Amino acid sequence: MTATTVMMATNAPTATHAAHTTTATHAAAVPHAAGAVPASAADLLLWVGVPYACLAVFAAGHVWRYRRDQFGWTSRTSQLLEHRWLRWGSPLFHLGAFMVIAGHVVGLAVPASWTEAAGIGEHTYHTVAVGAGSVAGAAMVAGLGMLCARRLLTRRIRLGTDRSDKLLFPLLSATVLLGISATAAHNVLGPGYDYRSTVSVWFRGLFALQPRPEAIADAPLLFRLHALTACLLFAAWPFTRLVHVWSAPVGYLTRPYLVYRRRAATAAAPSRAGRAA
Amino acid sequence: MPRGKAAVGRVMAQVAMVMNLDKCIGCHTCSVTCKQTWSNRPGVEYAWFNNVETKPGVGYPRRYEDQRQWKGGWTLDRRGRLVLRSGGRARRLLSLFSNPDLPAIEDYYEPVTYDYDNLVSAPAGQDVPVARPRSVLTGEPTAVTWGANWEDGLGGAPEHAGGDPNLTGAWAQKVKFEFEQTFLFHLPRLCEHCLNPACVSACPSGALYKRVEDGIVLVDQDRCRGWRMCVTACPYKKVYVNHATGKAEKCTFCFPRIEAGQPTVCSETCVGRLRYLGLLLYDADRVGEAAATPDEQDLLDAQRGVFLDPHDPEVAAAARASGIPEDWLAAARRSPVYDLVSRYKVALPLHPEYRTLPMVWYVPPLSPVLDAVTGAGGDQDDPDHVFAAVTRLRVPLEYLAELFTAGDTDVVAGVLMKLTALRSHMRGRSLGGDGDETALKAVGFTAREAEDLHRLLAVAKYADRYVVPAAHKEDAAALTALENRCPVESAGESAGRRVMLGMPALRRSTTGDRP
Repeated sequence: MTATTVMMATNAPTATHAAHTTTATHAAAVPHAAGAVPASAADLLLWVGVPYACLAVFAAGHVWRYRRDQFGWTSRTSQLLEHRWLRWGSPLFHLGAFMVIAGHVVGLAVPASWTEAAGIGEHTYHTVAVGAGSVAGAAMVAGLGMLCARRLLTRRIRLGTDRSDKLLFPLLSATVLLGISATAAHNVLGPGYDYRSTVSVWFRGLFALQPRPEAIADAPLLFRLHALTACLLFAAWPFTRLVHVWSAPVGYLTRPYLVYRRRAATAAAPSRAGRAA
Repeated sequence: MPRGKAAVGRVMAQVAMVMNLDKCIGCHTCSVTCKQTWSNRPGVEYAWFNNVETKPGVGYPRRYEDQRQWKGGWTLDRRGRLVLRSGGRARRLLSLFSNPDLPAIEDYYEPVTYDYDNLVSAPAGQDVPVARPRSVLTGEPTAVTWGANWEDGLGGAPEHAGGDPNLTGAWAQKVKFEFEQTFLFHLPRLCEHCLNPACVSACPSGALYKRVEDGIVLVDQDRCRGWRMCVTACPYKKVYVNHATGKAEKCTFCFPRIEAGQPTVCSETCVGRLRYLGLLLYDADRVGEAAATPDEQDLLDAQRGVFLDPHDPEVAAAARASGIPEDWLAAARRSPVYDLVSRYKVALPLHPEYRTLPMVWYVPPLSPVLDAVTGAGGDQDDPDHVFAAVTRLRVPLEYLAELFTAGDTDVVAGVLMKLTALRSHMRGRSLGGDGDETALKAVGFTAREAEDLHRLLAVAKYADRYVVPAAHKEDAAALTALENRCPVESAGESAGRRVMLGMPALRRSTTGDRP
């Protein structure tokens, strides 16, 4: 198990540069772990190499940015410059996103056998997932649409748009739109696609360190594209304003109202020590 | 004494300010030097850590004093507990995504620059080239329609000044914005560095804090996450969002200068010599209780009750026990601020009803009353006429009371009578007489006290106005760590390479940080 981890972590980032040699290594290693039909080199690259590379960038990027750029670690509010669109767009997007994230946790991380053991049948699960998912998805799409619109249409906001925003907004929009189209095409309008036996198996395999690329390889195109853009979104995460997610101020609920600090403590803040090195 | 014989709690020291409004001529030197020092950077073009506004007037940002609209400061809930007017903790977290009570840039004003280049680069032609205004936010030509003191000297007052939130109630209709019948004075404002700061209490990240040593309220730029709750919570609207960095910025009380024992830039450059800086010792354990005083009009006395008499040996002992150094205690005994606030009681806080216990106090201006005396055909120099005016002319008095005493006209009248008696007495003395001791007695001053107060208010020597003890060398390491950087910029700036992922490229280059 440990050997696999090390190999994945070291090989993954180079995968994009030297696809042939690395995938060959994976091809030798993975059938062991998965114990299923051998996956093609392209599948290994897309469903093992790319996800692990993205996760590595996600983790290392956060460490780097937290240590180097406390000053830039912010939600980058622009409410001062534009508040009419933001007033509806931002709460819709954020609350929708919370529901969508919760839905993904249930759909991806929890195996179907667990929900069935809890007495939730496939039909009930499907109905709730599609119902709540549609509401959440619609809220998120509407909110994100408004946030994108104000960013494009309000000149003040457009000029204040950072390079990282130019990466984040299209990537986030693509992920959200692909996700909601996949659900709409297959589960709302279509006959229904059981991603819990394919995409979710692949997803859990990544974290169990027993990659199952073959599980997602035959999923419908929209699901695969959604999974890929999501991987890229995670890779971009630490370099964008998304870092403010980790600063969600829940500690505020319990801390005393007044904050006093000694002058000496101000100068010896941990971030400054990190930067001086 | 309202404090009675209660034991002294944790003693803290604060460098506080008093401004003598009668001397303010509205020249804006304080604002300009402050801006040049602290806020001449991209993202805070619109922000004036120090501004001077004309009163009566709507102020900057527009109508900031209307807390029914902006929800600044504290209020008491039904059970008499102190709560932020903008809502409790859960309510605050729910409004993170969109703060319903945040002023928009239009409530301040759209910052502009001018096409100065056109003055020298325009081709030869029939017309004199002009420098057109251009919005800093959009880069496009714009019309200048508002500013930080648009109604300077009551300009446009008939149109706008009626919007002053202090002009409420029946008496307000008597305020006439006609040339002969009006009054005006200038009100310089900066962060109040409150004892019970609402901005600190509202910050979800805990980035805002009050310094134990000197009471200065600061934003930790590395911890601010741009939740913008401080802007709403501050009833004086003296915390600003930097729209380039997405972080909060505010008046720093020029802490690098204060630490070196120098006055703030606004004080140092004040041509009217109307600012006073000095220490106030206060009992940190009584702050919450004082801020929760039920009747708004008792807040002034409650806050004075929190301040400690540095001459009292018991206070000195408690201060030593709390770690206040001996030279700071000595400075507290010489503090002009303590004298004006607690000894002579001629200084008043701005809007005590916000319950933040502000620490920049004002000697209210006598000039509106004197204007009214002249307007009514009286003689400004006759103390009887002025006394009569103070008791009878309600209009300027009620307006001042609205600003400084939560509407209690008796307190404002008392201060104005003290100032009148002082004028009358010292005028008599300067003309070779004995002065007007009866007037002095009426307001409770001795001749000696009047001389001292006159020296402080009228002679106003530099060394008497500013009594700022330097920070202690035991903290030398802390001071060195601070000295090379601009306190509102990233701490890493002086270290050479700087990571600024959160800065739009457009604004990044204007800060001189070209990749």
